[in-house]
Amino acid sequence: MNIPQDLKYTKTHEWIKIEGNKVRVGITDFAQHEITDVVHVELPENGKIVKKAAPAVVVESVKSAFDIYSPVSGKIVEINENLMSSPELINQSPYENGWLFVVEFTNNGEFSDLLSADDYKKII
Amino acid sequence: MEKLLNEISSECKAAFNVNCDVESDLNIPQNYKRNADLGLPCVAENDLLRHFTNLSRKNYALSTTFYPLGSCTMKYNPLINEKIAGFDGFNCIHPSQPAETIQGALELIHNLEKDLCEVSGMDYFSLQPAAGAQGEFAGLLIIAKYFKSIKQKRTKIIVPDSAHGTNPASAAYAGFEIMPLKSESDGSLSAQKVKELLTPEVAAIMLTVPNTLGVFEKEISEIAKASHENGTLLYYDGANLNALMGMVRPGDLGFDVIHINLHKTFSTPHGGGGPGAGPVGVKAFLEHFLPVPRVENKNSKFVLNYKKSKSIGKVRAFFGNFPVLVKAYAYIKALGAKGLKNASVQAVLNANYMLAKFKDKINVPAGSRCMHEFVLSPKSVLQNGVRTVDIAKRLLDYGYYAPTVYFPLIVEEAIMIEPTETESKETLDKFVETLNKIILDEAVNEPHKVKDAPVNTPVKRLNEVEAARKPILKWSG
Repeated sequence: MNIPQDLKYTKTHEWIKIEGNKVRVGITDFAQHEITDVVHVELPENGKIVKKAAPAVVVESVKSAFDIYSPVSGKIVEINENLMSSPELINQSPYENGWLFVVEFTNNGEFSDLLSADDYKKII
Repeated sequence: MEKLLNEISSECKAAFNVNCDVESDLNIPQNYKRNADLGLPCVAENDLLRHFTNLSRKNYALSTTFYPLGSCTMKYNPLINEKIAGFDGFNCIHPSQPAETIQGALELIHNLEKDLCEVSGMDYFSLQPAAGAQGEFAGLLIIAKYFKSIKQKRTKIIVPDSAHGTNPASAAYAGFEIMPLKSESDGSLSAQKVKELLTPEVAAIMLTVPNTLGVFEKEISEIAKASHENGTLLYYDGANLNALMGMVRPGDLGFDVIHINLHKTFSTPHGGGGPGAGPVGVKAFLEHFLPVPRVENKNSKFVLNYKKSKSIGKVRAFFGNFPVLVKAYAYIKALGAKGLKNASVQAVLNANYMLAKFKDKINVPAGSRCMHEFVLSPKSVLQNGVRTVDIAKRLLDYGYYAPTVYFPLIVEEAIMIEPTETESKETLDKFVETLNKIILDEAVNEPHKVKDAPVNTPVKRLNEVEAARKPILKWSG
């Protein structure tokens, strides 16, 4: 199972890459494996205000539909539009081409409960 | 594979010619006129008959195999009910006829409403909704209208994470915001957690009893009390009422609004073979809000009352899916009070019998007792990358319709089994033996057999991912 050391993680299987005052968010290799083949992704609109731990994206596979939670509160500033036509990127490249959205965060105090790669490994 | 009718179509084979003798020169603007043929296939009558007969033979149905589709209650539907629904007095009437000429049909509606009240402990029913989800939607519109009438602004509905997906969908469609409620490890709800969510904005809490894991809500009385003290109404999803008939009544538990899936509990055909029916029932204080028309008994005559100013209006044309109502009524009258109770007792016994045969071998998250259905989680015994979906496909090879899989979402690799009361011990034994063999023997020793399944079916494993990503929705020649 691929769990890059340079990323942060949530207990709900999102990965977070901190980029200045923004974070890039996707789902982990473990999560894409559990969800199985993704067939549809419902992304938020640019500019949408999201809350920490509230559903921001819906990922649908042949198995079921899953809510993906925003790991921080803030404003959506970028979404991965490639996923609309190629949802399989989430399975093929969860940490690179399969990213979901970028949030401009309001409070970096919310980072305190994010997990390191080693801690995430322990819960899966 | 059976060819499509379009593929066997040939100009010279038409069994029937549609010669329109109606004046066609109506004042239809040129740009709205059809400029090509309808494109209907031309097929000889016996080819058409063979086409549909062959298709039906490839199908899995309750009339050909055990159908343990959890949460769907695929019990045997007595065929005599079809005959009764086909009686001229029911079959050859039109819903626009004057009420005095369809007294028998109206009496049946009136009596069935009364019977459903008796079984469920509610005060009034409307039989109009066409299916369970529409019953939910009607129930939620009633709740919305009730709070509007007492001038309370309540915008939220609590829905447990084990609920049927239609619950949050219906609530959202009726304009409410959903508050998810996390269930305990056995799928049950904690009254304490419900209390923490009960704010003045909560209009209702939607519960399925027994719940989706086949467990009776032990804290239901406390949940009902706390909800009512908060001014919150209780909604009962009747999907699993077939486990409770004659033993517990939702109305007595404190539920204010309920829908019943007649095609589950009262043995009418399901969707596809359907249509369904999802009557909505309420306590007396909500009666004014039920859909119109109401069938009322005045001076020994049945009349249709449309004059209900507080009604949510119509949710479907006329009186709902009337032939389905006839079948449910016939079923209720044939079984009687004792028979209905016995149906629930047998359904619960059958499920527990099967569960007892699985529980020492395969993990059961909700424990070793259940109501009418149970959920297995074979994750810990699955090896070689075999998953529940493979197990389900392999069951098709053995001639069974597969159980519900990956639902409820709170159970990993879920397999949800509902035997119903209408299956024999021999059928249950054989199925348990087969499923144990697939999970504990084949998946371990011959995993390719399971991963490549099905092989005995008319088509092999379908590419569900491709079908979802790039669906072909139209025959293009």
